[in-house]
Amino acid sequence: MRRLKEFIIEKLILICGLASIFFVVLIFLFLLKEGLAVFKTVSPFKFLLGKSWYPISEPPQLGILPLILGSLLVTAGAAIISIPIGVGCAIYIAEIAPLRIKETLKAGIELLAAIPSVVLGFIGMITLVPLVKSIFHLPTGLTALSGSIMLAFMAMPTIVSIAEDALYSVPKTYKEGALALGATHWQTIWRVMLPAASSGILAAVMLGIGRVIGETMAVMMITGNAAVIPNSILAPVRTLTATIAAEMGEAVVGSEHYFALFAIGIVLFVISFAINVTADLFLHKRQ
Amino acid sequence: MLKKWLFVLITISFTTSAFAAKDKNSIQVKGSDTMVNLGQAWAEKYMEKNPTDFVAVTGGGSGTGLSSLISGTCDIATSSRNIKEKEISLAKQKGINPNEIKVALDGLAVVVNPNNPVGKLTLAQLADIFTGRVTNWKELGGKGEKIVVLSREVNSGTHVYFKEHVLRKNDPNSKEEFVSSALMLSSSQAIADEVAGNSAAVGYYGMGYISKKQKPLSLAKDEKSEYEMPTIENVVNGKYPISRPLFLYTNGVPTGLVKKFVDFTLSQEGQDIVLATDFVPIK
Repeated sequence: MRRLKEFIIEKLILICGLASIFFVVLIFLFLLKEGLAVFKTVSPFKFLLGKSWYPISEPPQLGILPLILGSLLVTAGAAIISIPIGVGCAIYIAEIAPLRIKETLKAGIELLAAIPSVVLGFIGMITLVPLVKSIFHLPTGLTALSGSIMLAFMAMPTIVSIAEDALYSVPKTYKEGALALGATHWQTIWRVMLPAASSGILAAVMLGIGRVIGETMAVMMITGNAAVIPNSILAPVRTLTATIAAEMGEAVVGSEHYFALFAIGIVLFVISFAINVTADLFLHKRQ
Repeated sequence: MLKKWLFVLITISFTTSAFAAKDKNSIQVKGSDTMVNLGQAWAEKYMEKNPTDFVAVTGGGSGTGLSSLISGTCDIATSSRNIKEKEISLAKQKGINPNEIKVALDGLAVVVNPNNPVGKLTLAQLADIFTGRVTNWKELGGKGEKIVVLSREVNSGTHVYFKEHVLRKNDPNSKEEFVSSALMLSSSQAIADEVAGNSAAVGYYGMGYISKKQKPLSLAKDEKSEYEMPTIENVVNGKYPISRPLFLYTNGVPTGLVKKFVDFTLSQEGQDIVLATDFVPIK
């Protein structure tokens, strides 16, 4: 009886385990099936490097280079803002902060992770966009920079919590050894702890970036969505995610536009997949 | 544990209400964002008169409404543009026969910030702005500011209408497009907000959205014509150069409840609501 119970539970868990892979494969197959159809009308080269995105014209112009560059620019901006702050915060929490501050900070960061992206977007639209406009004397505050700043907030919790874990898992003997040799606290952190935790921190950064590039709602609300190749971070951009979200409702099922949106989905999938695999490689290197 | 059950309970109550909306006494109306307020006003008055019927109105864009009609998930699609050939053939494939009913007119207002000295433009100047040939307000007699062009997203009937009738001047062979640096905003309200706070912005939307925080421009067909403001009289008498019809699309000639609702929108009472929501009645 007991053995039967064990058996059933084991199999159930096995099914659960396989289900997630099964669903991923199904989703990917569906993406491929719908997305690859666009290449009957546009060559992959023209699709990826085309400079005009006018999906509803006759004939449609389906070049997603401005969208790819838009996504990359916003993501790079968010990374530049969130990595130093996030890693610095992780060092402070893991190494320097007294217990009480540490607990408060950790709770605060978890709270930051709990804010829905649409709320961040809305707050950004009301507060950040006019600020960016007046500080830089721009014609409009709906720019890549506004998006980057808001997305940095979203990447920070991931970066902080994983980087902090990485710092914790550095063997205590390293730190003790460094201090015993006469290194100051800062020298220990900079020369011993950080290099020892570097792979974990890199993984943290990668996962943070992965979160940013897939984010949709906040960027759609504050980056202006102009499908133009950005010449500066102070220009409006249109990201891959915002394009899918804004246009999916209109796209006539089975039209080139519809297939193109799925093809954008493939591009996004490939980018996030590459980022996650890189993060995974770093994580495993650590172990 | 309690929380979990509560969650299940809530989910069930939501799904059952969703099912309830599917029964015979209810119709789903979906589509044009421009017409959401109008649709809602119709639905409220209609349900007041017919308490047993239920009309649900949602937006999303004209294209969204028409694709829902084609896929059979709504009974009436509201649209601020004509249905496209492609959509008709797609509908036919799925056994849906789109039937067009014109219910109102809408004047498209072109708006700028109240601090902008520019007050009137010709359609040609408008096309130059939105296609990016003119990029500074100075060229139009304004301050030396770079023009910030605002547009609706491509799922908007207003976007399509503006492109075909202003940018392309009704010429089907024209290849004019919105300048690629135009900011694509997801709703008319977003355009209204940006124009209210940005002295260099110019945008367009249905005249129902005009408020004191934006300044509508008076427009003329060409330099020889009179400049006219987007008012109800000017749309009715055809003097205002960019006004468009608003439609309901149904599957085939309406019957039953759908017919009852469509008839209501075309009745005197329905057309009064059109006027009350800042559109122009057709009767």
